[in-house]
Amino acid sequence: MNIHEYQAKEIFREYSLPVAPFFVSTKATGIGKAAYELDGGPFVVKCQVHSGARGKAGGVAVVNTPAEAEVFAAKWLGQRLVTKQSCPHGKPVNRILIEKATKIARELYVSATIDRANAKLTVIASAAGGMSIEELAQNEPDKILKVAIDNVTGPQPYQGRELAYKLGLSGKQVNQFAKIFLGICKMFVEKDLSLVEINPLVVTEEGELLCCDAKINTDPYAAFRHPELAKLDDPSQEDPRVAKAIVAGFSYVPLDGNIGCMVNGAGLAMGTMDIIKNLGGAPANFLDVGGTATKDRVMEAFKVILEDPNIKCIMVNIFGGIVRCDMIAEGIKGAVEQIKNNVPVVVRLEGNYAHVGEKILNECGLNIVSARDLRQAAKLAVEAAKA
Amino acid sequence: MSILVDENTKFLCQGITGSQGTAHCTQMLEYGTKLVAGVTPGKGGQTHLGLPVFNTVKEAVAATGATVSMVMVPPPFAGDYILEAIDAGLDLIVCITEGIPVLDMLRVKARLLNSKSVLIGPNCPGILTPDSCKIGIMPSSIFKKGKVGIVSRSGTLTYEAVKETSDAGFGQSTCVGIGGDPVLGSNFVDMLKLFENDPQTEAVVLVGEIGGSAEQDAAAYIKEHMTKPVVSYIAGASAPKGQIMGHAGAIISGGNATAQAKQKALEDAGVTVVPTAADIADGLRKATGWK
Repeated sequence: MNIHEYQAKEIFREYSLPVAPFFVSTKATGIGKAAYELDGGPFVVKCQVHSGARGKAGGVAVVNTPAEAEVFAAKWLGQRLVTKQSCPHGKPVNRILIEKATKIARELYVSATIDRANAKLTVIASAAGGMSIEELAQNEPDKILKVAIDNVTGPQPYQGRELAYKLGLSGKQVNQFAKIFLGICKMFVEKDLSLVEINPLVVTEEGELLCCDAKINTDPYAAFRHPELAKLDDPSQEDPRVAKAIVAGFSYVPLDGNIGCMVNGAGLAMGTMDIIKNLGGAPANFLDVGGTATKDRVMEAFKVILEDPNIKCIMVNIFGGIVRCDMIAEGIKGAVEQIKNNVPVVVRLEGNYAHVGEKILNECGLNIVSARDLRQAAKLAVEAAKA
Repeated sequence: MSILVDENTKFLCQGITGSQGTAHCTQMLEYGTKLVAGVTPGKGGQTHLGLPVFNTVKEAVAATGATVSMVMVPPPFAGDYILEAIDAGLDLIVCITEGIPVLDMLRVKARLLNSKSVLIGPNCPGILTPDSCKIGIMPSSIFKKGKVGIVSRSGTLTYEAVKETSDAGFGQSTCVGIGGDPVLGSNFVDMLKLFENDPQTEAVVLVGEIGGSAEQDAAAYIKEHMTKPVVSYIAGASAPKGQIMGHAGAIISGGNATAQAKQKALEDAGVTVVPTAADIADGLRKATGWK
């Protein structure tokens, strides 16, 4: 789960990471007032959306007066910010953050994440802050420092100091950095995070360290033991179809094409998208309906898929291990009858009672065609979408 | 001969009395698998599905000689149950549960390093050796005893690979679902080693997906050590960057994590990579010369 920069900075404060005083407001006048409280510009004003690359899209600015801050806020609040990382519709801007601008001497990069290969928490740091870590990893991999945290001993101050020296820090900065390093790791473990990223971690002209940006992602699997994090969720930042899918109990990711997909199993769902593409079609979405394709869930899934006006065909691929395919067929038939959308549906059922299921679909008089194997189903779907 | 489990394997189920445990254990018993006990704290002394239930894994092992456990409990408890199974000295633990917090798995991995236990999963459909042993939730009707070893990160996509190999007449030696999570008990390389040393396995199908670098590790191992032909399908060539595609481990966050990068690494190692799941049988014919 993503959270906003201001929420991440509040968690940073809890763990004593250095963060400049800031205010957040949902109103332009609120930003103007906050600027007065901050007592003297220049100020940095930032759109709060679940996306990186906000600056390049105009969502971050340095302004000199409270009046200018208010103008920025009025311009953006209620608008959508489209960034390189967001979809073309962008994300709604409901809040602006304002803080005093910092006199920046250097920009560093620090993050913590799980290294899957080693099954360890890993801290990554670089003296090249302020730019995308992926670009850096590709173009200058030797500029990236990595420290693996031992699962038994946890993070040690000496590891923080080592990184600090390698980053060219000196004097008081070394222990300051070590504290930040320890704080990030403590926060990561106590809150079951999946990512903490500070980009940039600034060395100010006065030689202090300051977290000028804050990004936190949480482990969705640990949500059950963090009700305090659930409160931070902002569904406005999610595609509404994805939000509906979450409520209905399935996974959904919108794509660009026109062949809707409904599949049981994430791997098979990706496999279905792949074969559609391989045969010249364009999948419109990823959708894993999970182990229980009941009539209600099938209906919800069809509704979410059909919110996309571009859909020319829906392909259903169910490999039922335990579940009965005749029941699934009834579910699909019921859903299509109720939704009354004449989009052609191609269904591939595999497993228990598959023959019975196919018979139900072939004889129902609706625009549903059944196919016995994956390749045939995908071919029919691609043809139907072109028609 | 098969790998990991065979007709003699005695195993217990942690979570047998739950609804999932009950339903799937019934199927496993019908298949002839030697499920010999269940463990549910607080229900020790009871009988379930005709089997004795114990409060602890150690008691169940002492009473029955089980060497394998299947963990089928909700995510908040699964990490703890796996640790209990490791401490009881089991040879193999298969964890079906999807949704275990990643940090719990880091602790499990640390504990596994100093133990003799092998963990398969979590978030996996289990292991099936046709006509012999089923631990997990794979539908036994699609399997056929044969010569292809299958290892996969997926659930239903694995069944697609099983069906392809059964329909083609090749059959399976053992099929292992290693799981869809980012941190797993065992990975491709661990299974490839076993398949390479198993006389019944003549070729291997590796089903991978976007996310992580396990397929690249597999490619490195195959290049240096495998003599048997390997065919691979990698799911997610059409997936966008930065999005979790269902499985917590299926996310492209870095150049190596794309399907294309994995396909290339495997091809460079001499693996026959096929573009879709429907091409797996053809890939095997090409790689082995079988009809």
